Amino acid sequence: MMPIPWRVAERWDETADTFTVALEPSRPGEPPGFKPGQFNMLYAFGAGESALSISGDPSLPGRRLHTVRKVGTVTSALARLRPGDQVGLRGPFGTSWPMTDLKGRDLIFVAGGIGLAPLRPAIYHALRFRADYGSIRILVGARSPADLLYAAELANWQEIPGVFREVTVDRGTAAWNGHVGVVTKLIPPLPLDPGNSAALICGPEIMMRYTATALREKGLPAAAIHVTMERNMKCALAHCGHCQIGPHFICREGPVYPLDRIAFWLTQREV
Amino acid sequence: MSPPSVQSILERDRLQDLFDVLHRRGYTVIGPTVRDRAIVCEALRAASDLPEGWEDVPEAGSYRLRRRPDKALFGFTVPTNSWKEWLHPKRLKLLGAGRDGEGNLHFTPGDDAEPPKLAFLGARSCELHAIAIQDRVFLGGTFVDPHYAKRRANVLIIATNCGRAGGTCFCVSMNTGPSVDGRRTPFDLSLTELLDDSGHRFLLEAGSQTGTALLDELPVREVTTRELRAARTLLDNTASQMGRSLETQGLAETMLQNLDHPRWQQVADRCLNCANCTMVCPTCFCTTVEDVTSLTGDHAERWRRWDSCFNLDFTWMHGGPARQSARSRYRQWLTHKLATWHEQFGSSGCVGCGRCISWCPVGIDLTEEARALRAP
Amino acid sequence: MTSLEPVLRQHPFFAGLDDAALTLLTGCARNVRFAPGQPLAREGRSADVFYLLRTGRAALGIPSPRGGTITIETLDAGDVIGWSWLFPPHLWQFDVTAVSEVHALALDGLCLRGKCEADPRLGYDLMKRFSRVMAARLAATRLQLLDLYRAGPHDFPSPEPP
Repeated sequence: MMPIPWRVAERWDETADTFTVALEPSRPGEPPGFKPGQFNMLYAFGAGESALSISGDPSLPGRRLHTVRKVGTVTSALARLRPGDQVGLRGPFGTSWPMTDLKGRDLIFVAGGIGLAPLRPAIYHALRFRADYGSIRILVGARSPADLLYAAELANWQEIPGVFREVTVDRGTAAWNGHVGVVTKLIPPLPLDPGNSAALICGPEIMMRYTATALREKGLPAAAIHVTMERNMKCALAHCGHCQIGPHFICREGPVYPLDRIAFWLTQREV
Repeated sequence: MSPPSVQSILERDRLQDLFDVLHRRGYTVIGPTVRDRAIVCEALRAASDLPEGWEDVPEAGSYRLRRRPDKALFGFTVPTNSWKEWLHPKRLKLLGAGRDGEGNLHFTPGDDAEPPKLAFLGARSCELHAIAIQDRVFLGGTFVDPHYAKRRANVLIIATNCGRAGGTCFCVSMNTGPSVDGRRTPFDLSLTELLDDSGHRFLLEAGSQTGTALLDELPVREVTTRELRAARTLLDNTASQMGRSLETQGLAETMLQNLDHPRWQQVADRCLNCANCTMVCPTCFCTTVEDVTSLTGDHAERWRRWDSCFNLDFTWMHGGPARQSARSRYRQWLTHKLATWHEQFGSSGCVGCGRCISWCPVGIDLTEEARALRAP
Repeated sequence: MTSLEPVLRQHPFFAGLDDAALTLLTGCARNVRFAPGQPLAREGRSADVFYLLRTGRAALGIPSPRGGTITIETLDAGDVIGWSWLFPPHLWQFDVTAVSEVHALALDGLCLRGKCEADPRLGYDLMKRFSRVMAARLAATRLQLLDLYRAGPHDFPSPEPP
């Protein structure tokens, strides 16, 4: 599958090691839509391709946001992009947060670190179709206040009626008067209706496992807990074999899974 | 509807006619020949390239050729390389990318040439099953691999029944041979080599309209009931000669229930992580990509090449590989091949060809490993 | 002055405690209030109370070798703070500072220790409640140790990239 050139409209830093690129199609015509939780393969000229979740608003498919952490060759090349530069884009790929199935439910978003990026399109969707959902809880864990993604937006979301937002950091600073501690500890005090709630979790696997356990202790069934998996991906077409976990091609059957479908493999080591 | 069944006899000394017919139709014949003291598949010019009078002796960690007492052309078991390299090339240019002065990118397809018409001569039943498996991988999913699809569409298959099983063969266990079965794995023509007091000849059976048309162009004669009986006896004998066996009943479940079995560490202690087994396996399909840039910096290419789950960087992510230990990588290979493949593609990923056993430098035998996992 | 018993009864830490025990505990409790920045406890000082947070947020910290205090964890309404009163030498092991205005119940450890020794049933019940909190805090601290969000998705050390 050939990439299509998209133009960098804007680029800004989010934190010391993360940045966001806003891409727009370089060709006229309706850009393909995407669903919250899906990812694109972004090609940086000469450096290669990387699977990157979409972090923008699904109602604005012509403005494709990717929040990226600089961790390797490709992401570092993407970090050097300037407005007007082009990247190759293939996608969107993969499963999405089941926003339609979740209509009428209370939503609990739990993000760890950069995990807020793949969740943000779902949050945008839920806020845009606010009446379709019950209460919205957004729980965010970050390494430190300086590592917190979308801090201004997080503050704004707090002001929306029916939205409850809590942020916790692993390492506080003198100026920080929010929570310090792991994100899982935000869960026990939550009043929640386990029969009518759904959780959407994104973060490191171990964080998702502990979060899922904390939610199950509150009575949430595994089928109502959704997680997103991450693996090395080369093709995004279920052909290259890299992203497999057990029988799952994460690029195709994932990245978003109901916990009951992936729980067995999520608890195995080195699979 | 079952494919048309037409059976005829082609004498050994007229086999070149088959090459001539295929060449006239524009096919390059890919078939077995002796090179570097091994039987390999490659482009053949003539029937004289076939490995006349040679057979292979595959064993765990060992492969030898030896002379046969007769002049059989297909007296070996399987060639060392599988047919996958013609359908799923080892290296393939995916695209070229150019960047102009304004930072605009232009992509050009890397593989837009029409693939050559290939005739696979001598593909065994296990190998047809392997091709059928890769068909499901590359053609049967959400996405079709266009590179595989166009090559596959241009292939004519002349299957060969096995007159002999090797020490590492276990197709009977995998229900993939030794006789080719056109209802399960379509072929254009099948060939059974008959070599007895009555002479050296081939029983040919058409499995497609193309196969029937080929037969029409060949100097064939009618088959006798004695020859049909001889062919059946030969295949029954082969089926009883399997050098290895694998109990598949409940195997997938057993493996997934034993992901922490001590055997994984024991086999990992022997495994060199050389990836040989994945390279010779006719169903292993994993690839990686390489990006190269011209020295001027205005042109880049993206290449795909075979990869292996035994490579440490196969599961590389920021922070390290997901499968760091040799134990986890061997476990991934075997559980994928024999267990999770079923859920993904509706069959085992193993066809019982035995290549991974003979080409393992330390003689790791997957039938033995699978058996060991059944013991608590 | 109104009795603190209803307040004690409503606090999650004492959920399900029987009336007799509650009455006993009420005798050891008093209302306290801390302004932001004010210490609830100081490392090394005598630990003769523990706190049940009713409102507000407190930070549990350790004096940093480079000066200042490193916050390990914050605690909120419904949380309990302090178990040093249970074990000799009864000294606080951490700093606890009010982040926002804190309303809490302070329970007198000296008085409680005596009651627990005299009534092992009460002592065991109280010990179970503290143990559960300690186990949860320990698990959370272990998770924090991983430095999850920096290390990437792996819970094992990683070699250099190839």
